[in-house]
Amino acid sequence: MIEIKDLSLRAGEFRLDHLSFTIQSGQYAVLMGKTGRGKTTILEAICGLRRVEAGQILIHGQEVTDWLPADREVGYVPQDLALFPTFTVRGHLEFALRLRKWSQTRIDRRTDELAHQLGIQHLLDRKIVGLSGGESQRVALGRALSFYPSVLLLDEPLSALDADTRNEMQELLKSLTELHDVTTLHITHNQEEAKALADCSYTLVISSLNPS
Amino acid sequence: MNNRDRKSTTASEASDSPSQQARGERRRRTDVSFFIVMGGISSCFILLIVLLLLADLRFASLAEFKAALFKPEIQFAFQLTILSCTVAALLSIWVATPLGYLLSRYRFPGRTLIDTIVDIPIVLPPLVLGLSLLILFHQPFFGWEIEAWMRDTVGFPITYRWPAVVLAQFSVACAFAVRTMRVTFDQIDPRAEEVARTLGCTRGQAFLQIAFPQAWRGMIAATTIAWARALGEFGPILVFAGATRMRTEVLSTTVFLELSIGNLDAAVAVSLLMVAMAVLVLVVLRLLGTGLTS
Repeated sequence: MIEIKDLSLRAGEFRLDHLSFTIQSGQYAVLMGKTGRGKTTILEAICGLRRVEAGQILIHGQEVTDWLPADREVGYVPQDLALFPTFTVRGHLEFALRLRKWSQTRIDRRTDELAHQLGIQHLLDRKIVGLSGGESQRVALGRALSFYPSVLLLDEPLSALDADTRNEMQELLKSLTELHDVTTLHITHNQEEAKALADCSYTLVISSLNPS
Repeated sequence: MNNRDRKSTTASEASDSPSQQARGERRRRTDVSFFIVMGGISSCFILLIVLLLLADLRFASLAEFKAALFKPEIQFAFQLTILSCTVAALLSIWVATPLGYLLSRYRFPGRTLIDTIVDIPIVLPPLVLGLSLLILFHQPFFGWEIEAWMRDTVGFPITYRWPAVVLAQFSVACAFAVRTMRVTFDQIDPRAEEVARTLGCTRGQAFLQIAFPQAWRGMIAATTIAWARALGEFGPILVFAGATRMRTEVLSTTVFLELSIGNLDAAVAVSLLMVAMAVLVLVVLRLLGTGLTS
């Protein structure tokens, strides 16, 4: 469950005040709104990369407003993916698990499982340079889901993909989030995408969220 | 100029409509004058440098070059130069990596001030830097003096010994290394480090595991640049370490000492040796292809 209570944020010139909404556990929520309304800023605040001015962020009832990003156990797939240039695909899937000091056998098992679910077994030992848009997207998704986060944040994950790949990824997102039983917040400005994926959707109008 | 004049005349004679004129004849604009002017001005500088090197080469004979390089004083200076430059360069990269990273990634109060302080050794006249080092080490602070403390308590005097050479070289070389490392980290996308932090990294782990492995080219470039700056260092060494033969003499000091006793041949021979070392450094930088050489 993600609860945002009376949140105020500022990013340069832009500001967002008194934002409140709740996403129930296991729900797939889609957040829509025009460019420049601060959708990305909200995601960054939830995963701890942006300081909030006022208000509270609760994940599964626990207030995490002033926690470090590392402590929040939130899977984040940014719009630019931000893959690690020096890592292999396997390295991406293992990264969070190594930080959590999992045993090598457990890591291997999890990596194989994820690669199978994402359909990227054949890419495991490749560097990320030269991966296609869809493949990179899968790697970023796998990296975010690897450590069984309770919350998954997706920032326009399908916007840079061609129509075929987008439909494929849409299916994959649906099945993977159900499989992992993860509470998901997905940002997009594509109506169809929202319709296909969302259990509930919100539209960001200036400084408030209207259930739509 | 001529071309343009001719073109405009033809155009006005043929027709007022540019589209009709375009259909009728081949266009005659040319970029030749652009390349002649720009290339001409640029080549003045290139020519100057090439002529400098050629003049040095022509002046020195191979026999004198060999004779100079076999002098024990110059051999000592060569060894001390290689060693002191290497130590100064390694110290520089050790400092420049964290400092460059902080300056590149964070906006904090006093950042502009720190940025300016880093540049001071680059713009400070070399002799002034040497003098400042000398004063710092011999100035008593409430009866406590760095040099006396290093000599009597630590047992490691600095001034007029080889550590002074390294410190003088480090003061300038490090400033250049910090610049290079800052550019290096500016070119590395910070987003990957941010995502790493959501995956469970502290800032330290994100730096070591994500940013650091991407920065190795920049680090080699920074070390090389620091090494080259240390090689050319002269003023601060002269003031802070002195120019004692077989003690604090580095190659740049050798050129000065040989010149001062009128031994022009040896001075040129040593200069050529330094040119060769500098060229080697440039080649290493080019091979790394970091784009940081400009």
